[in-house]
Amino acid sequence: METIPRLRRGFRFQWEPAQQSHVLLYPEGMVKLNDSAGAILAEVDGVKSRADIVAALEARFPDAGALSDDVFAFLDEASRQHWIEWL
Amino acid sequence: MTTSHTDHKIGPPLWLLAELTYRCPLQCPYCSNPLDYASQEQELSTQQWLDVLQQGRALGAAQLGFSGGEPLVRQDLPELIGGARELGYYTNLITSGLGLTETKVKAFADAGLDHIQVSFQASDPELNNAVAGSRKAFQQKLAMARAVKEAGYPMVLNFVIHRHNIHQMTDILALCENLGADYVELATCQYYGWAFANREGLMPSRAQLAEAETRVNRYRAELVERDHPMKVIFVTPDYYEERPKACMNGWGSLFLTVAPDGTALPCHSARLLPIEFPNVTQASLEDIWYRSPGFNHYRGDGWMPEPCRSCDEKDKDFGGCRCQAYLLTGNADNADPVCAKSPQHDRILAARTAADHATAGLEDLTYRNARNSRVFCRS
Repeated sequence: METIPRLRRGFRFQWEPAQQSHVLLYPEGMVKLNDSAGAILAEVDGVKSRADIVAALEARFPDAGALSDDVFAFLDEASRQHWIEWL
Repeated sequence: MTTSHTDHKIGPPLWLLAELTYRCPLQCPYCSNPLDYASQEQELSTQQWLDVLQQGRALGAAQLGFSGGEPLVRQDLPELIGGARELGYYTNLITSGLGLTETKVKAFADAGLDHIQVSFQASDPELNNAVAGSRKAFQQKLAMARAVKEAGYPMVLNFVIHRHNIHQMTDILALCENLGADYVELATCQYYGWAFANREGLMPSRAQLAEAETRVNRYRAELVERDHPMKVIFVTPDYYEERPKACMNGWGSLFLTVAPDGTALPCHSARLLPIEFPNVTQASLEDIWYRSPGFNHYRGDGWMPEPCRSCDEKDKDFGGCRCQAYLLTGNADNADPVCAKSPQHDRILAARTAADHATAGLEDLTYRNARNSRVFCRS
């Protein structure tokens, strides 16, 4: 089952103090991520499954309610952009 | 100096391009280096480059390109890569592939290099080697592209497109797919430096361009259908536009280039402008970026004459490219003549007409080498 996402080779996720945001870096490109995209990608480690990521985020943001729809939608988009791949 | 900007409104330089050297084994007639590069042999030392990288990172630069010339001729490249990676840069090596070896590919990976871009001149050895002015270039490039993939890097293959190879789009993309490219840049010549000197012999006709776009779009659609991750970026020539490009996303807005001798530039072509640019050996990068007259020269819109001044699109394209305005009108303040509103737009129209009737062959181009460069130094 393709449920564990990891960053595609060549993609780096990091915090940029000058931009006060997380960014995704790749060959000659950079995406500035909003807070929720940054929070989701921070959980993408090649170990956690989609469900684990949702659980981790719901534990971190208990007031945010159910997050699975948003998280799955973002991961689908990240997959379509070929930022992440599935194990 | 006319600028309405103050320090806090200027964003950080997010991209740093380190042009390590103008030395290069190839002779591509569209090289973006200055025509008189042969008279500029001074290069920053390893320590000076490491210092520049440190200052750039502190200012907020996240993307770093090692470019040239051919950056591989710098023997200290592994040290510079290692230093850059440690600082947290995403490090890109932009190379012709000449001088690269499998051992170096692996050593650079160990030093922390994130990505290698290999440039090609064509999809077949004859044309490739004729454009590059090197008989062994194509085979070497193929071998190095394979080595780059083998070592696990993401790979960008870059093709500069002109009237002599624009018919090869399908073959080029098939070659790239075959080599496992993650990204393909089909970069139509931008007419600065050597490419401007050779414009008549390089610029494709509108019909050639239309045919190329059809082929690229067809190939792209196939890639999507096959869910293939290879991304194709086709940079079409602005000479066929009616509005100018938002050059460098605005002067001194995101990009900072440091030339081999330490001259800091808002883009790698800006050296041709009659503006005094600062040098990293004489000022801090912070001073240069935020406070030097060179970098503030075209920030904001206070400098704009008509038709840009009253144009409702000036925040979108910033009046286009200053280098193009200078090369085509003799005054860098003018609107980029690509714009149909420019009183000098006829110069673009004339270039299009010339492209429809051009007959020059590859042998008629002025190749980028030290001998030809010295001619430009004198003139």
